[in-house]
Amino acid sequence: MQSNAALEYDYSLAKKFTYLTILFGFLGMLVGTIIAAQMAFPELNYLLGEYGTFSRLRPIHTNTVVFGFTVSGIFATWFYVGQRVLKVSIAESKFLMVIGNIQFWLYFVGALAATVSLLLGYTTSKEYAQYEWPFDIVVVLIWVLWGVSIMGLIGIRREKALYISVWYYLACFLGIAMLYLFNNMEIPTYFTSGGLGNPLHSVSMYAGTNDALVEWWYGHNAVAFGFTVPIVGMIYYFLPKESGQAIYSYKLSLLSFWGLMFVYLWAGSHHLLWSTVPDWMQTMGSAFSVVLILPSWGSAINMLLTLKGEWNQLTDNPLIKFMVLASTFYMLSTIEGPIQAVKSVNAIAHFTDWIPGHVHDGVLGWVVFMIMSAIFHMAPRMFKRELYSKKLMEAQFWLQTTAVVLYFTSMWIAGITQGMMWRAVDEYGNLMYSFIDTVTVLHPYYTIRALSGVMYLAGFIMFAYNIYKTMTVGKELTQEPQFRTPMA
Amino acid sequence: MFHWLEKNPFFFASAISIVISFAGLIEIIPNFAKAGRPLVDLKPRTVLQLAGKMVYQKDNCMACHSQMIRPFKAETDRYGKYSLSGEYAYDRPFLWGSKRTGPDLHRIGNYRTTDWHEAHMKDPAKIVPGSIMPAYKHQFTNMADIETAYAEAVTVKNVFHTPYGPSIKRGKAAWEAYKPTVLAEARKIAADMKDERVKKAVSEGKVPEIVALIAYLNSLK
Repeated sequence: MQSNAALEYDYSLAKKFTYLTILFGFLGMLVGTIIAAQMAFPELNYLLGEYGTFSRLRPIHTNTVVFGFTVSGIFATWFYVGQRVLKVSIAESKFLMVIGNIQFWLYFVGALAATVSLLLGYTTSKEYAQYEWPFDIVVVLIWVLWGVSIMGLIGIRREKALYISVWYYLACFLGIAMLYLFNNMEIPTYFTSGGLGNPLHSVSMYAGTNDALVEWWYGHNAVAFGFTVPIVGMIYYFLPKESGQAIYSYKLSLLSFWGLMFVYLWAGSHHLLWSTVPDWMQTMGSAFSVVLILPSWGSAINMLLTLKGEWNQLTDNPLIKFMVLASTFYMLSTIEGPIQAVKSVNAIAHFTDWIPGHVHDGVLGWVVFMIMSAIFHMAPRMFKRELYSKKLMEAQFWLQTTAVVLYFTSMWIAGITQGMMWRAVDEYGNLMYSFIDTVTVLHPYYTIRALSGVMYLAGFIMFAYNIYKTMTVGKELTQEPQFRTPMA
Repeated sequence: MFHWLEKNPFFFASAISIVISFAGLIEIIPNFAKAGRPLVDLKPRTVLQLAGKMVYQKDNCMACHSQMIRPFKAETDRYGKYSLSGEYAYDRPFLWGSKRTGPDLHRIGNYRTTDWHEAHMKDPAKIVPGSIMPAYKHQFTNMADIETAYAEAVTVKNVFHTPYGPSIKRGKAAWEAYKPTVLAEARKIAADMKDERVKKAVSEGKVPEIVALIAYLNSLK
């Protein structure tokens, strides 16, 4: 194998997407904290008139976190990891640099415009696919550009064998492309009605039960290919790099990868248990959700075992701590999901706050922690400076970990309480509680959740500040650190 | 085999594509025609109701309200008959929702009235003490986009053969001819309402969002 020293990688694109990751992360979490507070204190709905209600803001929170923060993070790490594992600088190809920059600007402008459109109320109402058709076209264009970038870089690679991370980035690209296209099939009404009404409006190609099936096949697997696959790809690169340890088992990574690819998509119908989709589909969704524990835990265990004999790193390197906690939350979240997908549990859990609770231990504990770890690892190498403050990292770690724990515990209690109250009957078989009783009882939990949001957001601001300081005043490095990230 | 794949990106990508497409093919395709079938007497929504559905979407009511009554006694006691697939056959998109911060609305038309909705949308906590739902006062002054709703009806009629009558046709002229039907329906709703601004707007041939929304909510039965 040729030595690393000869290659100078070009990090300009990775840097640009890193800035966006931080920007969209802040915005998405800020809106999330606001809407969490609105559920505890409804007066907060009136800060922005028509545009500030919970219902209008919620898609902005979800879409900014999914398509703003996470996707930027995926792009940022790809433009860093891709070059390094393929042993080729993206600057060796002018074409790829141009494509990458078009992708960046189209993405930046498109994301802002799409957010404004949601604020104004233009929505297709399909969760995580709310953007109206012109923005869908922009999303597809961005995705195609990214595809060109991936394939192009693979095309000019020096290292012939694709490293595990590349498998996951490839799968992320292919999976999202397929899901997004099929779920967003819609017909703009303006063109089919002889030029009537609003040109932005469209109707879905599918109706009723079919629409629900396609949507949750998408919705569940957008989580798979956006929140799981690329993030696993990241940890397969960053954990060995940071710890200096080789991946524990190649066979386990094979099993987890192909297992995840095959099993994940079947589980989508667990979002529709007890609905009007046929029973056999619901059962398939449940069964495959349980099987999904295998590949998910396969990856997580592979990560934890990578640190075998090196657990001392956990105490002296906060970055290892972030990544180990991320893997742990991944395990928690991927055992919780299958539990909720069991039909009898789902009968209580569905429609309650336990579901957002589950989503957030996955996203806050796993996705955001991993993306932040990646940026902490990349920053000294991209900016050639030491990380600004280890103390700040430690403080951030504990603040955010406490926040996640508060978030999911309060939502577990809230969800199960509400689920049980909805079905509680007295000795004569009459319902015991009116609906509003099951809402007012949740106030303390909503308050705790809002507080956890504030804490997590504060942690994210500490992270952003740490990176900013690293870029501007961090101690300059004369040569690239090999494994452990240097920090002051 | 795997080592070989890992050195051949084209085949690697093809393998991923094949492996990930099974689930969708097997779970979605076979049942597609059957799941699309409407109930025997199902009527598509009127243009005013469609405009109301668009208000429902615009203000994203589905963030907190479901339209899916599950087959449990606790749910049928609370909300009415459990939901059937054929009832949704003309819903594009489906609006089942995924969270019940507020109650299910699939049969709200059976037990709430126009004046209840009017008072409730103005100040939910006054009607239901302890409610955390925000007021939607802007719906009383914003106008519903009935032309776009008509465009939607034309589209689903022409493209998906949703059974609308012959007067739903392409083009401006057809819309102008149809508009009085929509306004007449709006006047009926407004007659049961108290808000003076709404009554005035409707008498001037405009349709406030709240009127369309109530028409939609009343149609959920």
